Amino acid sequence: MKSLNHAIIEARKLEKFYGDPGDNPIQVIAPTDLTVYAGEILAVLGPSGSGKSTLLRMLTGLSKPSAGEVLWHGKPLGAQAPNVSIVFQSFALFPWLTVLENVEAPLKARGFGEVDRRKRSLKILETVGLDGFETAYPKELSGGMKQRVGFARAMVVEPEVLFMDEPFSALDVLTAENLRSELMELWANKSIPTRAVYLVTHNIEEAVLLADRIIVLGKNPGRIRTDFHVGLAQPRDRNSPPFVHYVDFVYKVLTQPETAPAEAPDAEAAEAPVDGKRARFQMMPHARPGGIGGMLEILADRGGHDDIYHIADDLSFEIDDLLPIVEASALLGFVKVSEGDVELTPEGHAFVDADIAERKEQFGAAALDHVALIRQIKRALDSKSNRTLPDEFFHDTLDEHFSEQETVDQLQTAVHWGRYAGLFDYDAGTRKFYIPQPNIEAVRD
Amino acid sequence: MDFLVFATVFAAFYGVLTIAHYWLGQATPATEISRSPWSLPRYAFYSVVRIAVAYFLSLIFAVAYGYVAAYNLKLQPYMVAVLDILQSIPVLSFLPGVMLAMVALFPAKQLGVELGSIILIFTGQVWNMAFSFYSSLRSIPRELREAAAICRLGRWQRFFQLELPFGTIGLIWNSIVSVAGGWFFLMACEMFVLGKRDFRLPGLGSYLQTAASDGDTSSMLWGLAAMIGVILLIDQLVWRPLIAWSSKFKFEQVESAHVGRSPLLHILRNSRALQVFRERTVAPLSERIDLWFARREANRAPAAPLPPWLKPVSWVVVVAAAAGVLYGLSGVVGLLRGITLSQLREVLIGAGATFLRVNVSLLIAAAWTIPAGVAIGFHPKLARIAQPFTQLAASVPATALFPVLLLALVRMGGGLGIGSILLMLLGTQWYVLFNVIAGATAIPSDFKEVANLFHFSRMDRWRIVILPAIFPYLVTGMVTASGGAWNASIVAEYFHFRDKVMATVGLGAQISAATDSGSFGTLLLATIVMATLVVCMNRLVWRPLYRLAETKYRLDT
Repeated sequence: MKSLNHAIIEARKLEKFYGDPGDNPIQVIAPTDLTVYAGEILAVLGPSGSGKSTLLRMLTGLSKPSAGEVLWHGKPLGAQAPNVSIVFQSFALFPWLTVLENVEAPLKARGFGEVDRRKRSLKILETVGLDGFETAYPKELSGGMKQRVGFARAMVVEPEVLFMDEPFSALDVLTAENLRSELMELWANKSIPTRAVYLVTHNIEEAVLLADRIIVLGKNPGRIRTDFHVGLAQPRDRNSPPFVHYVDFVYKVLTQPETAPAEAPDAEAAEAPVDGKRARFQMMPHARPGGIGGMLEILADRGGHDDIYHIADDLSFEIDDLLPIVEASALLGFVKVSEGDVELTPEGHAFVDADIAERKEQFGAAALDHVALIRQIKRALDSKSNRTLPDEFFHDTLDEHFSEQETVDQLQTAVHWGRYAGLFDYDAGTRKFYIPQPNIEAVRD
Repeated sequence: MDFLVFATVFAAFYGVLTIAHYWLGQATPATEISRSPWSLPRYAFYSVVRIAVAYFLSLIFAVAYGYVAAYNLKLQPYMVAVLDILQSIPVLSFLPGVMLAMVALFPAKQLGVELGSIILIFTGQVWNMAFSFYSSLRSIPRELREAAAICRLGRWQRFFQLELPFGTIGLIWNSIVSVAGGWFFLMACEMFVLGKRDFRLPGLGSYLQTAASDGDTSSMLWGLAAMIGVILLIDQLVWRPLIAWSSKFKFEQVESAHVGRSPLLHILRNSRALQVFRERTVAPLSERIDLWFARREANRAPAAPLPPWLKPVSWVVVVAAAAGVLYGLSGVVGLLRGITLSQLREVLIGAGATFLRVNVSLLIAAAWTIPAGVAIGFHPKLARIAQPFTQLAASVPATALFPVLLLALVRMGGGLGIGSILLMLLGTQWYVLFNVIAGATAIPSDFKEVANLFHFSRMDRWRIVILPAIFPYLVTGMVTASGGAWNASIVAEYFHFRDKVMATVGLGAQISAATDSGSFGTLLLATIVMATLVVCMNRLVWRPLYRLAETKYRLDT
C-alpha cells in the first residue's frame, strides 16, 4: 500500500569512502539504493559503525557522497536546496540565544520579516508545549525541554522531510517515552505539514514502536541488510505478540552479521538485502574483558543459554552496548550465537568455573587462537630482541583497512585484551608495545 | 542610574573632540614632558586612548585573521605558522619600520607619530587574540555547525549567531592579557630614540620614563600611582562587566552555579534610557541589515560557481605577494651581508646570555610560586587574604617598577646583569603563580584524603599527588612566562637612566641598542635569532610537555 505513494528521496548507488578511489580507499558505505516515500516514518537501525549518521548526512546534503547520487523529486540534490530539518541527538541549540531566538534563526535565514517570524515561532512553540519559555536560555531547561526546542526549530520551517538523528537517546527513559508519544500524536493528527520522517536510532523497540518501515544496516562496510514494513496499526502495544515478534526479528538480524536475514514477519515488500563485500581484515568488537566475563557469568547463571533480547532487557542495556560484548565472546569461542540466542560453549563453561589467574590464561589462549590482531602483536614483539615496538608499527598495517578513528579504537581494544591476558603491555607515555620482563614484574610487585 | 549613563556619554563626547584636535594638529615629535602631577590626568587619558585604539584594531584584525585561517584550508598552515613566528618577535623590533613608515605617510601631522605608537602597541596585542579566535572557530562542535547549515544560516547570520558568540570568551580572556601587555610596553612605545630622532608622545609611559631618567622619585611614585589607578579602573569598568556578561556564551548544557557579578553591568542592563535607545535604533537597524544579508543569501543559487574573474585575480594576488616576499628577502639578505663576523659572534653570545637569564628567572619563579601557590590553593582562608594582593601586584606592569628597582639596584651596587633577571622575574612570575593556584584548587579532595589515609610522607605527597596534579597548570604558566621573559629582556637589559645608558650583555640589549642607533642589520639579525630561539623552545620543549600534560596528567578521564 505504501508503495503507491510517490518517492520524495531516492538514493542511487550512494557510496562513501575515504582516501583516493585508486589507492585502496576505506569504504564506509557500500553502494546503496534507498527510497523515502511520502507518508511514512522510516526508521534506520544499525550497530555503531554502520554509517547510519553518514547516510543521513548524505541524504540531507550536509555531506557529499563519494559516488552515486541523491534525487529529491527526481532532481539531483546539488541543484536545489530541499526543505529539510534535522533533530540532533545533542540538541545542537545555540546556548547564547533564547528559546524564541533559536526557533526564529532558520526563519530569519530564509528572509522572513520580524512579525511573520514571531507569529510562526510562537505557534510552533505552543504546539510542542513550550509556551511561556520563550525568553529562557537553553541551559535553563531540562533535557526533554531542550529537545522540544530542537523539535520546534526543526518544524518551524515546515520541512517536507523531518530527519532525526537519535533524537531520544540523550534523554532519560520516561522523558523519551513521553516525547515519542507526543511526536506520534502530532504526526497522526497531521498537526505538522511534514510528509515523511526519517529516524536514525539504535533502539530496536523505538523503531518498531514508531516506524512504518524499518531498514537495518550492517557494518564494515555499511550496507542495507534488510528493509521491511511494520504491519501493525498505531498506537502499538509493546507487549502484544506481533510486536515482540518484530523486535525478535530485528535482534536476529543484528546478532547474525554473517548470514543473510530471513524474511521479515508479514513482510509485504521487503526488498532483497544488498550483500556488501566482507572486510578482509578481522575487526575486534570493542568490549572489555571485564564485560565479557560478566556476561558469561550471567549466562551461566541462566543455565548456559538465553535470548539476547532478554539479557539486554533485564540489564536495561542498549543493543549498542551489549552487541560488542556478545560478538567478542563469540569471537573468542566462549559462546555460540544462533537465531538471537546465545549459548555457552565448553570453553565458556570452563572460563566461568576458573579462578582469576586461570581465567587470564584461558582468555590469552583464546585471544591468540582467534584474534588476528592480538596474534600479530604478540608475534611481532616475540621476534624483537628487546620485546618492544612502537604503536606506529601496528598503526600502519591497520590503517589500510580501517579509518583513522577505528584504527585507534582497534589498538585500544587490543591493549585492553592483551593486558588482561598478560600477553603484552603498552606504555602510553612512549607509545610503545612491550612484553613485560619477569624481573621488571618482580620489582613492580 | 540614567543620569550616570548620560554623564558618561557627554564626557566621552568631549574626549573625542580633544583627541581629534590634538591628532590633527601640527607634528610635535619631541613634546616636552611635564613632570607636574597635575598633567597626569591628561597623560593618562592620552595613553588610555592609544591603548584602546590599538586594542580595537587588534580585535578587528584578530577576528578577520582567525576567520580566514580557520576556513581557507589552503592558507591555513601558512597563516598559523606566521602567527607562531610573529608572536615570538619582540615589539621593539617592529619599531623602526613602523615609525619611519608612519612619519613618512603623515609628515606634517601629529597623527603620523601617534599612529606609529598605536601600531607598535597593536603588534604586542594582536597575535594571541588572533590565535584564540582561530582555535575557537576550529573547535565549534560538529552538530552545531550542521544545525547552522540545515537552518540555512548565511555567512552573516552564522558569524553573529554561531562563530562570534562561540569565540567570545576566549577573545575576552586574551584581550585582558593583551591589554596588560600594552601597559607593559607602554613606556617603550611612547618614548624612544630612533637613530638621530627623538620621539616623545605625551602619555603615562613617557611621564614615567622622564621621571626615571631625571631620577625624580616623587614624580615616579605619582606616575606609578596614576597608572595603577587607571589599570584598576579599567578592570572594574571594562573587564569585570565583560566577564560577567560573557558567561552567557559559555558552551555548557547546564547552568553553572557560580556566575561572576558586576554592579556596572547591572546598571547598564537596567537603564531605561539605554533600553529605549536600543529598541529605537540598534534593534531595527540590525534587523534590517540581517534581513538584507539573509535575503541576498537565500536568493542565491545553492551552489553558485565562483565568479570567473576570481581565478585570474587570485593569481595576480599570489604573484604579487610572492614578488613582495622575494623583494623583502633580498632586502634582508642585503642587510645581513653588512654584518661582520664579530657582530655575529656578539649576537650569539648575547643570545646565550639572555637564554640563561630567561631560564634562571623561570626557575626562580617556579621555585617560589609552586610552594606558595599550593599553600594558597590548599587553604581557602589564606586564599581569601592573598588573592586580592597577588592580583593587585600582578596588575602593575613590571616595566613601570623597573626605574624604582633600578635606583635601588644602583644604590646597592648591583649591575644590570643580575638585575635584569630580577626584572624579568617581576614581569613573569605571576603567570606561574596564578596557574599553580588554579591547579592546586582543582586537586580533588579524594586525592588529599587518600594521601592522609595512607600517611604519605611529605615527600611522597608532593611526588605522587601534588606535582602530577598541578603539572598541566604549571606547564601553561611556564609557557606564558617563558614568552613574557623573552619579550621583557628587551626592556630589562637596556635602560636610559639619567642621560646614561645602562646595559648588559644580552640579545634584548642588542635589539634595544640597535633600535636606538638605527643599525638595522644588527636589529634584524638579533630579531631573527630571538624569534628562532623562541619558536624552537616552543616546538622542542613546551609542545611535548603540553602533550604530556594533556594525556598523562589529565585529571578528568
